[in-house]
Amino acid sequence: MNLKPDAKVVLEVKDLQTYFKTDAGIVKAVDGVSFKLHEGETLGIVGESGSGKSVTNLSVMRLIPSPPGKVVGGQAFFEGTDILALSEKEMRKIRGAKISMIFQDPMTSLNPFLRISTQMVETLRLHNKELSKEEALERSIEMLHLVGIPNAEKRVRDYPHQFSGGMRQRVMIAMALSCNAQILIADEPTTALDVTIQAQILELIAKLSVKMGTAVILITHDLGVVAGMCDHVCVMYAGKIVERAETGKLYAYPAHPYTEGLIKSVPRMDTTKKGERLFSIEGQPPNVIDLPPCCPFHPRCHKAMEVCHHAYPPLRELEKGHEVSCWLYVDEKERVYE
Amino acid sequence: MSKQEPLLEVRDLKQHFPISSGSILQKQVGFIRAVDGISFDVYPGETLGIVGESGCGKSTTVRSISQLHKPTSGSVFFGGIDLVTADKHQMLKARREMQMIFQDPYASLDPRMTVRSIIAEPLVIYNRRGLLEKPLTNIEIEHRVEDLMERVGLNKLFKNRYPHEFSGGQRQRIGIARALALNPKIILADEPVSALDVSIQSQILNLLSDLQKEFGLTYIFIAHDLAVIQHISTRVAVMYLGKFVEVSDAVRLYDNPLHPYTTALLSAAPIPDPTVEKGRQRIILSGDVPSPDQERFGCYFYERCPKRMPWCSCHIPPMFDYERDHQVACWLYDTTRDYQNVSMEEAQKAAASSQVV
Repeated sequence: MNLKPDAKVVLEVKDLQTYFKTDAGIVKAVDGVSFKLHEGETLGIVGESGSGKSVTNLSVMRLIPSPPGKVVGGQAFFEGTDILALSEKEMRKIRGAKISMIFQDPMTSLNPFLRISTQMVETLRLHNKELSKEEALERSIEMLHLVGIPNAEKRVRDYPHQFSGGMRQRVMIAMALSCNAQILIADEPTTALDVTIQAQILELIAKLSVKMGTAVILITHDLGVVAGMCDHVCVMYAGKIVERAETGKLYAYPAHPYTEGLIKSVPRMDTTKKGERLFSIEGQPPNVIDLPPCCPFHPRCHKAMEVCHHAYPPLRELEKGHEVSCWLYVDEKERVYE
Repeated sequence: MSKQEPLLEVRDLKQHFPISSGSILQKQVGFIRAVDGISFDVYPGETLGIVGESGCGKSTTVRSISQLHKPTSGSVFFGGIDLVTADKHQMLKARREMQMIFQDPYASLDPRMTVRSIIAEPLVIYNRRGLLEKPLTNIEIEHRVEDLMERVGLNKLFKNRYPHEFSGGQRQRIGIARALALNPKIILADEPVSALDVSIQSQILNLLSDLQKEFGLTYIFIAHDLAVIQHISTRVAVMYLGKFVEVSDAVRLYDNPLHPYTTALLSAAPIPDPTVEKGRQRIILSGDVPSPDQERFGCYFYERCPKRMPWCSCHIPPMFDYERDHQVACWLYDTTRDYQNVSMEEAQKAAASSQVV
């Protein structure tokens, strides 16, 4: 939460499309996603499972298993180059060094056979060939100190199973930031953790992003986490960003009916009254195989109109920095289809 | 509410799992104290929420109550009998009135059974043994399955489908229909909404509270999400390392948490509102939940407690009554003595002498 008003853009994703080929048909997991990430910004991407939030970021990292998946369109500009067009060799210089990622489950993302020291030194020396082993180890210990691992000189020699869930996630963060990455993509970093540990990890990410000037993309399904952490939020539904706004604006004036429903359907400790029924969005999230050209939310939407059945709504800017893609905000004259 | 007879009485329930080591000659080297002496009552028509971090023993508690694990010691009184010592036949009868809903809707439904046979299974079993109030014919069972499906919001035309054809939320509805099949009095719900998406979670929570009103059900509801617990419960029990640390009326607990652990837990839970989040003071607990494999002589929360006193290191706090319907297990609320100024030596001396007695 240390976004300056004139911060420059570090990552710009334009019209990203990632499709997966399956026996049942083509799954349009991400279909035309665009966003900008500024220096020092924390950007939240929220959505339900299957909405394409993880695939978006895996596409940016070029980690989509291919086949079956493929980035079929779009660009992602980082330091002036389109990283989606880079060769694998060039991408390796960026991945882990300039853009790094932490995952939901810290146990499966650390190698159980190798000591933490081996794994951290490997990362460091891969990206900085001049670093000696001793220097890399020193840097690893320094990073472990920074993420709050007590007794780091000794713990660096431990194996991943000797750490608890929260500690493993700290190790992952230390590893991800050890090369001074400019962008940290955190894919549900606290979903597998308990509330008290979640609070520790979120505080750590926030503190380090200020200290090291890292821009963070935080992927989560928890609206509470977003509220406390992010400057801007993108809400995803069925592979598309349906609304994007400053965090405060989004919660105060959600424009898209899906965002509104999502915010209202979470019980709140401070204001929800006893025995009150929760607002609920009826129905199920859509299957993204062979979606017809309509608003994917219309079967569940309580404000659906005729036009929603026939065409996907264009993106409209309500005010600066608040964009929504819903027919409600399009002039009646412009609601044409076919 | 307190004038009513409790539906379920749990007294000093303990569930210890042995840890064995050695590859050929298995030796017992200790115990995991998953549930370590808890007592509580559940009254008809209420929802008791149990909240705590992973590994604190919430799930083991309900599994011990339903005798899926035989408790190490303690007693569970339900319908006039002690389930811990009950024989098979008594247990079968008791289980008719006590059903469970599980966390993972993918693992808790047999993938080879159709929805119809899943929901009908309890009815068929109890019907065959003649344990139902009146015997049912096959057609009546069929109708009952259809009724249940409609009641939980599933299309009855789907009854010949298999679980994999349904989404997570719909599967949880199947699980709920199965739990309702025998008209139980109490339902033990073990994290029924944790695996679901936000929009589906609110559908299931609404369904559960509608069913409670309609059938006069009693719930024991487990969750790790504090907001969910607060929404659904009438009373809340906070668990830590196999013990209840605070039991209270739901509204009061959230307005006035007493135990340092409850306070920290509440302050750590994010609230989906940026303006509230900015102004909040967080109590960040250091460290992790310790392993429950060693015997403890002091307060279970001692290592992580921000308000710990020397006295707490060697005395296990009992449940103190703070006010009606609000109990807390913390030495700070002992009205008979102030322990702030007791030094470590004095505390240890007191502990040693009380052990001799």
